Amino acid sequence: MIAELGHFTLILALFMAVVQSSLPLIGAQRRHAAWMALAQPTAVLQFLLVAIAFLCLTHAFVTSDFSVVNVVKNSHTAKPLIYKISGVWGNHEGSLLLWVLILSIFGAAVAVFGGNLPPSLKARVLSVQAMIAVGFYLFMLLTSNPFERIHPPPFNGQGLNPLLQDPGLAFHPPMLYLGYVGFSMAFSFAIAALIEGRVDAAWARWVRPWTLAAWCFLTAGIALGSWWAYYELGWGGWWFWDPVENASFMPWLAGTALLHSATVVEKRDTLKGWTVLLAIITFSLSLLGTFLVRSGVLTSVHAFATDPARGVFILILLIIVIGGSLALFAWRGPQLTSTGLFQPISREGALLFNNLVMTTAAAAVLLGTLYPLLLDAVGGGKVSVGPPFFNAVFIPIMVPMIVAMAIGPFLNWKRGDLMPALSRLRVAFAVTVAAGLAAWSIYGDGPFLGVAALALAVWLGTGTLTELAGRVKLFRAPLDESLRRFRRMPRSAWGMTLGHLGLAIAIAGMAGAGAWTVESIQVMKPGDKVTVGGYVYAFEGAKNGKGPNYSLVHGTFQVSRNGEHVATLRPEKRVYDVSQQPTTEAAIHTTWRGDLYAVIGDPEGTDGAYVTRIYFNPLVVWMWVGTLVMVFGGALSLTDRRHRVGAPQRRTGAAAVAAGT
Amino acid sequence: MKRKHKRLTFVFIALLLLGSAAALVLTAFEDNIVFFYSPTELAEKSPGPNQRLRIGGLVEDGSVAKPGDGVVTFKITDTASTVPVRYKGILPDLFREGQGVVAEGRMRDGVFQADEVLAKHDENYMPPEVAEAIKKTGQWKGQGDAPGAAQGKSE
Repeated sequence: MIAELGHFTLILALFMAVVQSSLPLIGAQRRHAAWMALAQPTAVLQFLLVAIAFLCLTHAFVTSDFSVVNVVKNSHTAKPLIYKISGVWGNHEGSLLLWVLILSIFGAAVAVFGGNLPPSLKARVLSVQAMIAVGFYLFMLLTSNPFERIHPPPFNGQGLNPLLQDPGLAFHPPMLYLGYVGFSMAFSFAIAALIEGRVDAAWARWVRPWTLAAWCFLTAGIALGSWWAYYELGWGGWWFWDPVENASFMPWLAGTALLHSATVVEKRDTLKGWTVLLAIITFSLSLLGTFLVRSGVLTSVHAFATDPARGVFILILLIIVIGGSLALFAWRGPQLTSTGLFQPISREGALLFNNLVMTTAAAAVLLGTLYPLLLDAVGGGKVSVGPPFFNAVFIPIMVPMIVAMAIGPFLNWKRGDLMPALSRLRVAFAVTVAAGLAAWSIYGDGPFLGVAALALAVWLGTGTLTELAGRVKLFRAPLDESLRRFRRMPRSAWGMTLGHLGLAIAIAGMAGAGAWTVESIQVMKPGDKVTVGGYVYAFEGAKNGKGPNYSLVHGTFQVSRNGEHVATLRPEKRVYDVSQQPTTEAAIHTTWRGDLYAVIGDPEGTDGAYVTRIYFNPLVVWMWVGTLVMVFGGALSLTDRRHRVGAPQRRTGAAAVAAGT
Repeated sequence: MKRKHKRLTFVFIALLLLGSAAALVLTAFEDNIVFFYSPTELAEKSPGPNQRLRIGGLVEDGSVAKPGDGVVTFKITDTASTVPVRYKGILPDLFREGQGVVAEGRMRDGVFQADEVLAKHDENYMPPEVAEAIKKTGQWKGQGDAPGAAQGKSE
């Protein structure tokens, strides 16, 4: 009964979305106030309906209602409660439901909190949001119904993939989706602006917080996924350039560019067309990412053939959304004329440079991700494009941007001067050279790329700190004056500083872990010792045990350095009862210098010996800390005054009106 | 600078970036693309010892041996041809005899030296290329393609 209720409310939500996508849009075109006003109640109602549907599915999972196919396939009575709940979105159908739920949350938020938006813009934005929703509702109801029943119901379910039974991954998809779907707001604003034919500073100020929020969630989501891969897969790696990872990374690159170009629209009233285009690209990549992961097309283009209904629907939806919005852009985009002048050496010039690099990088990643599919589709053979390709392409593209990232914030808007900016970076440059030489002398035997990347991180970090010091007039004004300035710095400025600083810290982590990881694979008997990265690992043997829904083998390592005990590591190998699927639980001891990482494999022989894999991963923790700093910076910037206190008042002066409808 | 020149500056920078990116992509494609072969194709094409490739098939029943020191040897088959594989390291959790597997590495002296072995986190997994290869030999008994990717996360 409850599953039918969920199915029914989902259908009602579709109808609500159809109304919301049409009437307010027509109303805005004909300046019909009552029709425009329809957007708000429909958006809120649509949210409530989807929320009920989502609760119904959650109820089915929590109570283990095995008359629902989705629950049978993805749950089991012996599963801990938290994973019964995360099982709701741990599958194709449920994850789509989560997607539309988040979409409707964002829509309802605009309806409720967007009181200061002009009515016509608000109506159009909500209509475009509802159009996206209609596509997803149809997709779910026609091809991927999460509430499908099965008769007769089996006694128990097939369980959730044990690899996904993990706190890191329980929250990875919702975070990622908050990011993907958050970009739908930027998209809706962009389409609404194209229909209105008007983009101005106020528009940018509305778009930016949504983009920023989406960016924060996406950053956190990607970091969670990478962290999960690091500790759960047991390969000691944290980024594999796997198509699934790329699918979330491409919208991140484009979204980061959008974040920066929206600033230019807000401050300088220029780069409008480009910003609108970026918003479209970012959301298109989010859609592509969702479907690349969900459709199974990554495994093989033939996966489409096994389930043609879904595959064809996805293709049509992508063509309509991406093609339609680009066509609209081609038609209306030229009307978005800019008033601001544009100097190459200026803040906006630097931001544009960021944009060019980020989009080029996103395009390169897209090409590498889709190339095997395209080649296979035209019958050109089966290839895989792996990390060597992406490292060879992505890293060189990023280097000039990171160099420029330290300089950009010193340039003034409108007309910057390169020489004064560079001279203020003298200290940072000296520190970078010193740090580079120091790293060279310590790690000179390692790859040169690692030393260069460490130096880049230092350059970006010190450059950002120099900018902060200049802003608060450190050492150039009395200390209490500096402190006062420090406290009064606008939060958006903090956002930039922390965002860049976080990236510097993360790059240091990536450089360390990428260049100097030590790996050692061997067979160890109880009592054996092995030295990895200066740490001595003594293997004490392995024991059998039992977890809530799995049995396990856990080994024990006593780790010491220079005779002093550092840590006790207990890696596990689990076998889940339901699926009989084994998983590896790495044991990790984190220090600021690096992670001690131990994995236990299969037994070898009969004398208690096991294959063991031990890593020393230098500086890995810096990567997560850097990402946290970035997300914190973004969140801080979101609370900036100008996003809250009546700031988005659309100026009615002629200067703000770029082009009439 | 005149307005026109400023615009040209950006066009120039953009072209420079795109051009160098394109050059990077092309050289990287040349060096880093890894072709996938079934054991039968491998026998036909006999690639050189320096070409990196992926092979896929089923782990032949009774072929897995551990000569010690963490080394594993096994045979990959598509039921028509068979390739011996040597790998040092911890096998993926789902590596089993009779199951689908993909190995990446180089062909040396008739033995495939794998430095990476991938098996799917799903007990029903069959790499699609493997399924296709076996279908060609007429031995296929499964239904359709199995879901999931060969490596990494399956959300």
